[in-house]
Amino acid sequence: MKHRAATAGWLSVICAGLGQLYNRQYVKGLSFILVYAAGIYAIAAKLTPHLKGIVTLGEQGQHLVKVGKIYKNVPGDHSIFMMIYGVLAILVVLLFLLFYVLNIRDAVVVGRRKQSGSELRVLNSSVFPWLLLSVPMIGVLFFTIMPIVFTSLIAFTNYASPNHIPPKNLVDWVGFATFDKLFNMNVWSDTFVGVLSWTIVWAILATVTCYFGGILVALLINQQGIRFKGIWRMLFIIPYAIPQFVSLLIMKNLLNEKFGPINQYFRYFGMEGLPWLNDPFWAKVSVIVVNMWIGIPVSMILVMGILTTIPKDLYEAADVDGATAGAKFRNITMPYILFATAPILITQFVGNINNFNVIFLLTGGNPATMKYNNAGETDLLVTWLYKLTLDFNQYNIAAAVSILIFLFIAAAAIVMFRRTRSFNEEDMIQ
Amino acid sequence: MKPRLLFSYALLALIAVACIYPALWTVLSSFRVGNSLFSDHFIPTAWTLDHYRDLFRERADRSIPYANWYWNTLKVATASMVLGTLIQLLTAYSISRFRFKGRKAMMMMILILGMFPGFLSIMAVFIILNTIDLLDSIWALVLVYSAGAALGMFVAKGFFDTIPRSLEEAARIDGASHMSIFMRIILPLSRPIITYISLTTFAGAWVDFIFARAILRTPENWTLAVGLWSIIDSYNSTEFTLFAAGCVLVAVPITLLFMYTQRFLVDGLTAGASKG
Repeated sequence: MKHRAATAGWLSVICAGLGQLYNRQYVKGLSFILVYAAGIYAIAAKLTPHLKGIVTLGEQGQHLVKVGKIYKNVPGDHSIFMMIYGVLAILVVLLFLLFYVLNIRDAVVVGRRKQSGSELRVLNSSVFPWLLLSVPMIGVLFFTIMPIVFTSLIAFTNYASPNHIPPKNLVDWVGFATFDKLFNMNVWSDTFVGVLSWTIVWAILATVTCYFGGILVALLINQQGIRFKGIWRMLFIIPYAIPQFVSLLIMKNLLNEKFGPINQYFRYFGMEGLPWLNDPFWAKVSVIVVNMWIGIPVSMILVMGILTTIPKDLYEAADVDGATAGAKFRNITMPYILFATAPILITQFVGNINNFNVIFLLTGGNPATMKYNNAGETDLLVTWLYKLTLDFNQYNIAAAVSILIFLFIAAAAIVMFRRTRSFNEEDMIQ
Repeated sequence: MKPRLLFSYALLALIAVACIYPALWTVLSSFRVGNSLFSDHFIPTAWTLDHYRDLFRERADRSIPYANWYWNTLKVATASMVLGTLIQLLTAYSISRFRFKGRKAMMMMILILGMFPGFLSIMAVFIILNTIDLLDSIWALVLVYSAGAALGMFVAKGFFDTIPRSLEEAARIDGASHMSIFMRIILPLSRPIITYISLTTFAGAWVDFIFARAILRTPENWTLAVGLWSIIDSYNSTEFTLFAAGCVLVAVPITLLFMYTQRFLVDGLTAGASKG
C-alpha cells in the first residue's frame, strides 16, 4: 500500500485516467480516458497540418493553372488564416498538456489521500468561482489575449501591402526585419522617431495642462467668498458630459480656417485669424487647447473630491500658529492634493499617449507632411498605427508599433500595480 | 467686493463661457435656416426645424441614413450594456468573494491586460472577425465591447469587498446556495454599482468611434459616431446645420444621463468623505 500514490501517478502518465481507475474513481477515470483519447486523436489527425501551417505559412499563393485551354485562378494557401488556425491549434495543445499534467497530479493527490485514509473533500467552493469566471475568461481569451498574441506574431512577418497581401500572395516569417526597418530604414525610422517624439511631447503637455488646469479651476471655485459653487461646478462639468466624438467634431468646425466662428471673431476685431488646423504649429496648439477643454473637468471633479477630504483640524492648527492664507495653501492644501493625485498622473499620462479620439477626430493627424511616411504632423503612435492598418495595410509595421507601445504600458502597469489600493489592501476592510 | 474675488468671478465667467459656447453654438446652428457653417449672427435670424426633419428623410443625392444609425447605436449600446455588466459583475463577484487557487495570478493578469488599450490590437481583432466572417455586423461590435468587460472589474470588486461577509455566512448557515446568495443578497445590495457600470458601459458603446469605424463597413450598418464623422469628412462644411441637428440628437440623451448621474456620483463621494 505504500506505493499507492506513485503507482496511480505512473499509471496516469501512461494514459490519463488509468490512475483514477486505480484509485477506484471510475466515472472520473473513464471520462479522463475519453478526453485523453479525443485529444490525442485531434492532435494527430486534425491539428498537425495547422501546426505545420504556422511554421511554413503556406507554400503557394493564388496562382494560375492551365485547365484545358484556359488558365484558371486557383486559390492557394492563405497565410493569415493558416496563422490563426495555427495559434488556435497551439492553444488546444497547451490546454491538453495542462489537462495531462493536472490529471497526473490528481491521481497522485487522491492516491496519497487514500493511503492515509483521510476523507475525500468535495472541492465545491474552489470549482464554483472558476465556473463563474469561465465565460468572462473565454471572452478575454479570444478578444484580448488572442489579438495580442496574433499582433506579436504579425510583427515578425512581412504582412504588408503591396507585395504580401493574401490571398494573392504569401506572407513569410522575417524575424526582426520589421523592427530593423522601423529603427534603421530612413523612410520608416524618420517617421517613427518624429511621431514618437511628438507623442511624448503631447503626452507631457496634455497631462500637465489638464492636471494643473483642473487644480486651478477647483481651487477657484472652492475659494472662500465665491457664491453659487454648485452652479459653477455644474457648468464646468458640461464638456465632460457631452460625448467626446460630438464635441471634437464640433470643435473641428469651430476651428475651421475659412468659415469657423473663431476666426470670424478674429476678423471682427480686425485680425487675420489663424490656420488652426492647417499649420503644423497651430494644429499642435489646437489639439492641446481642445484637450484641455475636455480634460480639465475630469481633473476638477477629482480635485474637488480631494479638497473635501482634507481634515479641517489641519487648518485650525495652522490658524492657531498664525499661518497666513498663502502659507496654509502652500503647506497643507497643495501637498495634500499632490499626494492624493500622484497615481492619477501616471494613468493620465498613459491615457494621453493613447489619446486616439482627440487627435483622430480633430485633425485626423493632419496637416500632412512630406517628412513622414503615411503620417501627418499631429499623428500619435496610436493614430498612426490605426491608419497603417485601415488605410495603408502596413500590418507588420503597425504590429511592431503596437508591441512597442505595449511594452511601455506594461512597464507603467507594473509601477502602478503595487500602488493599487484594491489590490493590496483588499482584506483590510473586512 | 475685494479685487481678488472680482478677478476670480471674471475668470469663472470666462471659463463658463468657454465651456458652454460650443454646445450652445451647435444647438443654435441646428435651428438656423440654410446649410452652411458660416453665419453672420451667433443667434439665428430665421429659425427652422427642417434639419431635424431632414435627418429622417430619405434623399437620393446623399447617403445619410440617420434613423438607421440611431437604431443601430441603440441596439449596440443596450446589448453591450446588458452583456458587459453581467460579465463584469460575475468576474468581480467571484474574485472578491472566493479565495481560490490562481486568484492572485488572475488579478495580476486582469490588471495588466486592463492597462492594455484594446484598440492597440485592433488589427488582429479586425483579421479575426474577418476570418469568422463577422465583419460589418453590429453584433461583432457588441461582442468586442462586452468580451473585454471583465478587465474593468476592479471598481465593482472594490464595492463587493465592502459588503460584510457575515451576511453571506449567515445565509450559508441557513442553507442558501452560491447562486441564491448572489441573486438574493449581493445583487440587491449592489444597486449603486450596477447602475454605475450599466451607465458607463452604455455610454462607452454609445460614443465609441475606434472599433465602430474599423468593424462596420457599409453606411447602413454604421453607428452614430461613424456616421456623424463621415458627414463632416465627406460633406465637409456644406451640410453643417444638418450635422449640428444630428449632434444634438446624439448628445442630448447621453448628456442628460451624465449630468444626472454625475450629481449623484459627486454627491455620494463628498457625503462619504464628510462622514468619514
